[in-house]
Amino acid sequence: MAEYTLKVRRFQPESGAGPYWEEFQVDLDPSLSVLDGLLQAKDRDDGSLSVRCSCRAAICGSCGMKINGESGLGCKTQIGEAHEMANRRNGGSEPIVVEPMGNMPVIKDLITDMESTHWAKIRRVTPWLLPHGEAPEREYVVEPESMIDITQSMACIQCGACVSSCLSMEADPDFIGPAALAKAYRFVGDPRDAETEERLHDLAEDPHGIYDCTHCFSCIDACPKGVAPMDQIMRLRRKAGEEGIDDPNNGHNHEAAMTKIIEKFGTNDEALLIQESYAPGIKGKLKPQGIKELIVSLPTVLRAIKTGKARSISKLIPGIHPKLPDGAQDEVKAIYKHAEEHREEFNIYIHGEEDVEPEPDEPTDAVLAEEAAGAADTKGES
Amino acid sequence: MPTHDVLVIGAGLAGQRAALAAAEQGVSVGILSKVHPVRSHSNAAQGGINAALNPGDSWESHAFDTIKGSDYLGDQDAIEIMCREAPEEILHLEHLGVTFHRNEEGRLGTRAFGGASAARTYYVADITGQAIMHVLYEQLMKHSEQVARYEEWFCTALAMDERGECCGVVTRNVADGSMELFRAKAVILATGGNGQVWKPTTNALICTGDGIAMAYRVGAKLMDMEMIQYHPTTLAGKGFLITEGARGEGAHLLNAKGERFMERYAPNKMELASRDVVSRAEQTEINEGRGFPDGTVALDITVVPKKRVHEALREIVLVGRDFAGVDITREPIRIKPGNHYTMGGVKTDVDGRTDIPGLYAAGEVACVSVHGGNRLGANSLLDTLIFGRRSGADAAARAKRIEGSRPSRAVLEAEQATIDAISAREKGSGRRISEIKLELGMTMDAKVAVFRDEAGITEALETVRRLKEEAESAYIDDHGSIFNQDLLGAIELGYMLDNAETTCIAALERKESRGAQYRTDFPERNDEEWLKHIDLQLGADGPEISYSEVTMTQWEPQERTY
Repeated sequence: MAEYTLKVRRFQPESGAGPYWEEFQVDLDPSLSVLDGLLQAKDRDDGSLSVRCSCRAAICGSCGMKINGESGLGCKTQIGEAHEMANRRNGGSEPIVVEPMGNMPVIKDLITDMESTHWAKIRRVTPWLLPHGEAPEREYVVEPESMIDITQSMACIQCGACVSSCLSMEADPDFIGPAALAKAYRFVGDPRDAETEERLHDLAEDPHGIYDCTHCFSCIDACPKGVAPMDQIMRLRRKAGEEGIDDPNNGHNHEAAMTKIIEKFGTNDEALLIQESYAPGIKGKLKPQGIKELIVSLPTVLRAIKTGKARSISKLIPGIHPKLPDGAQDEVKAIYKHAEEHREEFNIYIHGEEDVEPEPDEPTDAVLAEEAAGAADTKGES
Repeated sequence: MPTHDVLVIGAGLAGQRAALAAAEQGVSVGILSKVHPVRSHSNAAQGGINAALNPGDSWESHAFDTIKGSDYLGDQDAIEIMCREAPEEILHLEHLGVTFHRNEEGRLGTRAFGGASAARTYYVADITGQAIMHVLYEQLMKHSEQVARYEEWFCTALAMDERGECCGVVTRNVADGSMELFRAKAVILATGGNGQVWKPTTNALICTGDGIAMAYRVGAKLMDMEMIQYHPTTLAGKGFLITEGARGEGAHLLNAKGERFMERYAPNKMELASRDVVSRAEQTEINEGRGFPDGTVALDITVVPKKRVHEALREIVLVGRDFAGVDITREPIRIKPGNHYTMGGVKTDVDGRTDIPGLYAAGEVACVSVHGGNRLGANSLLDTLIFGRRSGADAAARAKRIEGSRPSRAVLEAEQATIDAISAREKGSGRRISEIKLELGMTMDAKVAVFRDEAGITEALETVRRLKEEAESAYIDDHGSIFNQDLLGAIELGYMLDNAETTCIAALERKESRGAQYRTDFPERNDEEWLKHIDLQLGADGPEISYSEVTMTQWEPQERTY
């Protein structure tokens, strides 16, 4: 048993007053949850303290909230850990700060309006299977891996923690968002769904769709179930690229150009990158968007030279780029080859949880880690 | 007055399946739930769903396992229907988009489960209930024109017409506190079980036996209320569930001496004997001093290959890590039997009809009975879907057949008056609701659990009756309209107390040991006198006991060994 202080952002809509902070003293085992703490305060001190909750075991998705500013589930955050988190910097007397989720209107205390935000976005992505023709007499026969692949999205419990943490949605409230896009991948990745192409076009052409994500990883951190919504968004983008869908940020081509340049030179040739991102070779230099972007980037480039981030003038001249010494380039190619042969989506149902240590006797992983370290070293220069 | 042909109360698997089945018949359907549908407790069903779909398997084998598991208290006609219709239901779910595990050929793959003579459990990792429920909710969103959803509406009473038929419900819109009388030609209760009556329990906070109590209050019969399942593998103290799938994948149960003690209790099926058998074995080990000092035994999952654990038991890895601080791939986890499932409930026929015309029940709230004295693992999802569908279809047929009557506003006014009275109680006028709930839960877990006797059950019943009186004066803090959870908690407490009282009465009545009811003062099964259901009905002077026959088709009771 230990004593904790919960500092709760409260709002009682019928009081006529605005939101306010209230502190509750609770007394429970550190291994119990922040939700347990809130329920103790509700049971003992104030029955009007309102929080949605049901399962207490991180499966129903009711108790999304912000704890010390981080979005997650109240029932999955141990109160002892939350206390430590709140006191990483200060001596140990700071309260655990509990607030309603972000990016959603607050109804009362920790209860938010998920219907007009989260659920409206879920409905936006046509969230049901669209098979063509009659169903088979027995089951659809599909690759076993395909089901495991989309089960990561199926693991979503619609708690809204990712939506709460989403920085893109803060900037653009119309962004379809991490939860709904992860849900969309569940259909795009499902071999039984016959409208993959239509779905991809829909999600790519919406200005608030898959290219609105800024790749900030907040949703991955917030997700209590390891769904990794951003990874699902990246899968959607990759599939859209494979489908030949025009990416307004030109991200797909940019990624391809970068990959190609490094395969060729071992380090990034930034001057070449912008043009190659629009079209390979001379064509890229002539593309209006490429020229425009080069001009727009000039101040950044100058600043980079000034601050020493770009170290040589020669880097500004496309195509004049130092190759790696000796046989290093062959090693880079070997890494590419290995990556190509061992390409695998990260999936929690295959790899387990991130913080579970890997088996010591898995040579593939060890080799990969070494290679990754090597690649990081060579990249360090640019 | 919101009006639907068919109104479903509760939106877990049974409720959603019922609503979709009714909508298929072209009638107007409403589905109403006190929480958002995907928060429903069907989520918690981890391990899978049974069906004899493999060529080598048969529905008869599934039925026999279920009947034996029920300790012969299950009604065999209902069990036959459930097991015959199971394969079609699995395929239906697969076609809707459930991401069932596949074998190497890309076809549906199975895992082993307790009490079953074949590996016939279909699954999605260990989130089977969640995966199915979210897919059904996808279908509800798809069919939003046929099915109106009332999300976060709390039901306080059933409305009856002068002929004694159910014709609607009284509800409170949780969002703004407004009271509304719904009219329907058929009402389907799909409100789940009553696990919150016990503490600890694997059940969610919402599992407060609402439907059982509401049906009982309008005179519907309850059946098998004494049959409460204690699940063999729950986390001590917190009550969290560790799926039977863990044992299905090969995990061992060990006592403090490191012995695989199931050898002594079920030498053939070992850890995969029926749940009542395994729970009793564990409790015996604990009671006789061979458990750990914290009153637990150990579940050793380290014997399951790690790759398989990640693929098939991921949720358990998370539960172990987040709620017990144990990496289950590296060390055994401490577990004990814990309250898990309500086998009894509102008595229905195989189409979900209760003995009140217009009132249906499906899923854990109902007692068809397919589970009898003990439910087999992975049969609960099946029960919800098969009888949810059948209830929905039959309710729709009734709606097409009858004119329907208009519920009287008197019932709405009475409910409003009750709520006003609760709200008017002054702070300090009685006990806090939470105190009463805690005392109820601790009492039931101590006296009406794995092992029971007359003295203990009587004591529990007396406590429950005292708590009922105390609940009359218990006060709440929140007097507002918007999301007044405090008030709903007070109403739920009333439901829980009715569930507790009827459970105690039935447990006291059944003077034998069968399935989950183990009476230390009557340790033998007694088919002569007790191969029958105990029915309870609210009479003028309180609960009245009667009996009904167990329906037998082709399986005679045998001695039950695993």
